[in-house]
Amino acid sequence: MSDFEPKIVAFACNWCAYAAADLAGTSRMSYPPNVELIRVMCSGMVDPIYVLRAFEMGFDGVLIAGCHPGDCHYISGNLKAEERVQALQRLLHTLGLEDGRLRLEWCSTAEGEKFATTVTEFVAKLKELGPSPFRIREEAVA
Amino acid sequence: MTLEDIIQETKTFYCLECGKCSSICPICRYDPNYSPRVIVENALLGLESDLFHNGELFSCLTCQACQLKCPSDVNYPIFIQKMRLMASNDGQQGECAHSGALQSLVRLMSNPDITQRRLEWLSNGYRTSEQSDILFFVGCTPYFDPVFEDLGFQVTDVSRGSLKILNYFGIEPMLLPNEKCCGHDMLWMGDVKTFQKLAEQNAAMIKESGAKKIIFSCPECYRTFKEDYPNYAKIDCELQHITEFISGVIEENGIKFKELKKKVTYHDSCRLGRHLGLYEPPRKVLQAIPGIDLIEMKQNREKSLCCGTSAFTNCDLYSKQIRVERLLEAKETDADILVTACPKCQIHFRCAMVNKGEEKGPDIEIPVTDIVNLVANALEGENNE
Repeated sequence: MSDFEPKIVAFACNWCAYAAADLAGTSRMSYPPNVELIRVMCSGMVDPIYVLRAFEMGFDGVLIAGCHPGDCHYISGNLKAEERVQALQRLLHTLGLEDGRLRLEWCSTAEGEKFATTVTEFVAKLKELGPSPFRIREEAVA
Repeated sequence: MTLEDIIQETKTFYCLECGKCSSICPICRYDPNYSPRVIVENALLGLESDLFHNGELFSCLTCQACQLKCPSDVNYPIFIQKMRLMASNDGQQGECAHSGALQSLVRLMSNPDITQRRLEWLSNGYRTSEQSDILFFVGCTPYFDPVFEDLGFQVTDVSRGSLKILNYFGIEPMLLPNEKCCGHDMLWMGDVKTFQKLAEQNAAMIKESGAKKIIFSCPECYRTFKEDYPNYAKIDCELQHITEFISGVIEENGIKFKELKKKVTYHDSCRLGRHLGLYEPPRKVLQAIPGIDLIEMKQNREKSLCCGTSAFTNCDLYSKQIRVERLLEAKETDADILVTACPKCQIHFRCAMVNKGEEKGPDIEIPVTDIVNLVANALEGENNE
């Protein structure tokens, strides 16, 4: 499946990662267009259901990007996100999903380049893994 | 299926409007707006849209307390189950706890293409076999582990305890590596499409495994296999709850347990108790352990109070009040441990104790354990933990 283009949903924190994505854009850095960016007020508000629903909807990967530990605009939202992501990774592992389809990254406002490389790397990794097993079902039905 | 069919099937038309259901209903004790009698009346009057849109359909705990009191034997839980099916076709849904993550998980699990890694909780100490007449149906405990981490226990301990008991009696059961959720929650939430998929996959896997008997540690799985699967998928096996199995062995061989000096009280779960009528096997098991003093709560057996939530739907203020009432009742018996046979009851009770909140409420702390863990600790020749 060489022409496989993964679909990624990214939840980006308003105070850092979203601004970093903005910076990547204004600095004309290029990264693959496979990612759909959703701005959230804090990575800590990404409920597990957002991630599970994304996989249910056939996304191949989910990226959650928040502030570096200690830099959270709401003090500890990103640490909550970290805890939640770890639990979710265990859940998705049990479900049989390959590790690495759910990714958490810290990305400050100044790190436009890091955002771009993260997405590039993530897309490459997902191309290697192939379509999500949940996506295959979606296409078979359609 | 129309409202008319549901009324016919569950004999709702026999309703005398006596209101006994509303007087026994645990929700009614706390929620003044909820009334099974009114719901039945509305159904009989054909007020379909009223029923579907006020959300009360999803408040029911399906604990069956009302049916046992009903002089006309209206099958209220099945009435609710079918009404929810209709309501969900109409786009209605209950308020799912955990934002519906647990339901989403089951929908993901219903995908036939996935290969789960659900047996990673098994460690070397437990013996299972590839081919055996007896199959142990694990249920969703491996998934509950990460979700309910903060409740201070591992839900898979219930599965480990069950295996330890089966191994002790010389049984090395099969486990299905890609076992699917039994679909209980989906069925009771009205998502029959997913339920059907799960049931068919489970039935096919069980058929392929060649098992003759299935043992359950979760009353919900047991109920679903026994009462609901016959309408959706064919399972040709003897079904047994682990407490039935242990009490059977006790009757046959008179197993000697190690002494456990504990005062315990037993909570009947809705599914095992009222739905399936298994009140005595768990009690027999508890009484077979020397030193165990079983003290009954005020509301026991068919009068047992529900743990407050079913299918992880509509867990609200009232659910919590019901749990607190049940925990207080358990405390009143002066027992050291509250024993239950349902992993979900244990989750709900622990949740009530952990999430007491800041406000000063009554003291509801009491250790809770599953009956299999208690029995596993009392097995001869095993180290007491």
